[in-house]
Amino acid sequence: MYPELGQLALILALLLAVLLSVVPLVGSITGRDNLQAFARPLASGQFVFIALAFGILTHAFMTDDFSVAYVANNSNSMLPWYFKFSAVWGGHEGSLLLWILMLSGWTLAVAIFSRRLPAEMISQVLSVLGMVGVGFLLFIIITSNPFDRLLPNVPADGTDLNPLLQDFGLIVHPPMLYMGYVGFSVAFAFAIAALINGRLDAAWARWSRPWTTVAWSFLSVGIALGSWWAYYELGWGGWWFWDPVENASLMPWLSGTALMHTLAVTEKRGVFKSWTVLLAIVTFALSLLGTFLVRSGVLTSVHAFASDPERGVFLLALLGITMFASLALYAFRAPVVHVRASYGGLSREVFLLLNNVLLVSATLLVAIGTLYPLVLDYLELGKLSIGEPFFNTTFTPLAVATALLLGAGIFSRWKKTDGGWLARKLLWPLAISVIASTVVILGYGSFKPWALVGVFSAMWIAVATFWDLWEKSDSRKGRVHGLKRQSRSYYGMILGHLGLAITIAGATVVSNYGVERDVRMVPGDTATVGDYQFVFRDIGQRQGANFTAQYGSFDVVLDGKRIAELHPEKRQYPVGMSVMTEADIDAGLFRDIFVAIGERLDDQAWAIRLQYKPLVRWLWLGALFMAAGGFMAISDRRYRIRSRADQKAEAKSAPTSSEDPAGAVS
Amino acid sequence: MHPIRKKRLTIVLFLIAGIALAVGLTTYALRQNINLFYDPTQIAAGEAPVDVRIRAGGMVKEGSVVRDPGSLKVEFQVTDFNQSVPVQYEGILPDLFAEGQGVVAMGRLDENGRFVADQVLAKHDENYMPPEVADSLKKNGSMGQAGETVEAATN
Repeated sequence: MYPELGQLALILALLLAVLLSVVPLVGSITGRDNLQAFARPLASGQFVFIALAFGILTHAFMTDDFSVAYVANNSNSMLPWYFKFSAVWGGHEGSLLLWILMLSGWTLAVAIFSRRLPAEMISQVLSVLGMVGVGFLLFIIITSNPFDRLLPNVPADGTDLNPLLQDFGLIVHPPMLYMGYVGFSVAFAFAIAALINGRLDAAWARWSRPWTTVAWSFLSVGIALGSWWAYYELGWGGWWFWDPVENASLMPWLSGTALMHTLAVTEKRGVFKSWTVLLAIVTFALSLLGTFLVRSGVLTSVHAFASDPERGVFLLALLGITMFASLALYAFRAPVVHVRASYGGLSREVFLLLNNVLLVSATLLVAIGTLYPLVLDYLELGKLSIGEPFFNTTFTPLAVATALLLGAGIFSRWKKTDGGWLARKLLWPLAISVIASTVVILGYGSFKPWALVGVFSAMWIAVATFWDLWEKSDSRKGRVHGLKRQSRSYYGMILGHLGLAITIAGATVVSNYGVERDVRMVPGDTATVGDYQFVFRDIGQRQGANFTAQYGSFDVVLDGKRIAELHPEKRQYPVGMSVMTEADIDAGLFRDIFVAIGERLDDQAWAIRLQYKPLVRWLWLGALFMAAGGFMAISDRRYRIRSRADQKAEAKSAPTSSEDPAGAVS
Repeated sequence: MHPIRKKRLTIVLFLIAGIALAVGLTTYALRQNINLFYDPTQIAAGEAPVDVRIRAGGMVKEGSVVRDPGSLKVEFQVTDFNQSVPVQYEGILPDLFAEGQGVVAMGRLDENGRFVADQVLAKHDENYMPPEVADSLKKNGSMGQAGETVEAATN
């Protein structure tokens, strides 16, 4: 009975989404307030019914209702409850339902937190979000119904959740990632609404900014969680593989980063408007592309659950329609908007423009590397793969250039920066970074040029950031007062940039100074990796909830002292007949010690992977910093106070307001 | 020149420079890093280049896995039920590596027609067959046989 109600709830949500995408929009164009007033109730209603459907599917999982095909395929009665819960999004249908739940949640959030926006704007934004909702609800109802039944032959038990997914990572990684992906739909909706009503102004940029920043923060965390999960579970200690599904999430992150920065320029200086709108559209399109790549089955990977061609075609059509419609709108409406500001050669505007050029180039590059083999394969022009070396050789220079630019850009000023002044400003930070990074590199042992470049990039960002903070916080009333006087959005920027520096440092050091050894060991053997000795004590059996495991015991010895005891496992899951490697890690802020058991070689011997991973945690720590920076920035009070001031200004100078004060400088 | 035009020109020049840089880097790197796929029949016929990093794949021939007793060196035959290629690898094989299963290996062919692999993939799912392998088996008309082998291995 319940599953049918779930499907009914989805259909009702679809009807509400259709109404949401039409009624407020028509109301805003014809100027009928009574139609616009439907926007918020419809957004709430859509959320309620989708949440209901999601709750019903969750209930089916928790109560082991194997008459539901999706539950039978992705769960098992022996599964612990928290994995039954996360198994809701462990397969294709449920993960789409999660996607839609997030979308309706974002829509609801826009409805709730945008009370100060003009009614016309909010109606159009919610209508655009409603259209996206219609597309995805149709997709799920037509091709991917999670409530399909297996009647009358109800299986006695489920075929179990893929053991790879029976992990804490599944509980947190997809929701965070989807929050980010789907969150960009809000920036997209604001952009489309601005194109529709022709109000591409600083106020529009200010409204979009917090939403974009939040989505970006979630996406940063989501990607970091995915990388961390791959590191300890699937990757045998690797943390980024330039795998198409990883790239699918990196592309919207890169263009979202560009969008965040160009929104700042548009808000502060009223320039780059057309470019900002285009980026908002592209970023959301890349989120859709990511969903398509991962969900359509064009890629065979742990993420691709479905290989039903109908689904791929539907998603591609959805992507095509969205792109075509929004770019057509862009082509017709964008030229209306004029650039009315001037800025000099080394102004902050130019630095941020360069930042955008680099980030968009990086996005393009990842897109080429990801899509080229797929397109070639589709056209039957041959099968090839583009490996990590391609991405490493092309991505690294762009990342370094971005970092160098960032350090200089921090000191730059709006409108005009004097070149000589800037050069003098950069002298000390440059000297400090060069010396400090050389010391760090030598501390890790051998000198490697790329390691120096990487560490220098990180150091350069960090030193410039702190230098700037030190100068800005200088105050006659003392340092503490000076620090307090800085705005939260400034601290947000500092956290974000430091996060990038931390991630770059981690990536550089672990790639250059990590040690990995695959060895043949029998119990009693000792192997050396770097300064660490690994003693293989023994290996035995262990019984888990729904698996049996070979359970190894290792001592890690440093300078004659035992510093850790590790227990990697090799698990057998009887239901799905699958084998899983469960590494054990002694984690630390400055280094991880990693042991994983490979295959059994003979009666005694095992293949063992031993690793020393310096600064590997910094990769993800940096992402946490970036996300914290994002949340810090949106808590800035100016988003609240100035938006009230806006309203007053709008009340005075009604419709012709596509100019803003900053735009009148020239 | 009018300041606005000048500004636009700067923007356009920046964009062109960025795109040119990206395109240049990309084509350079692409040329170096494309790994083409060859099946055992193609390799046996001498179609695959020697000492160039390529991908090769097929099913691991039953009873062909030979391990070195003192190290992690292992040798096995990869077959498409038409021809086989000997593969040499040193390291940890993936969890799902088994005789009769599909694999894809990255590496180089040596002069003796042996494939020296630096990476062996047998991914994620016990029912999974690398698409290249499935395609090449289909092409050689031995899919039914391979399908049965996969079934046998998973049941």
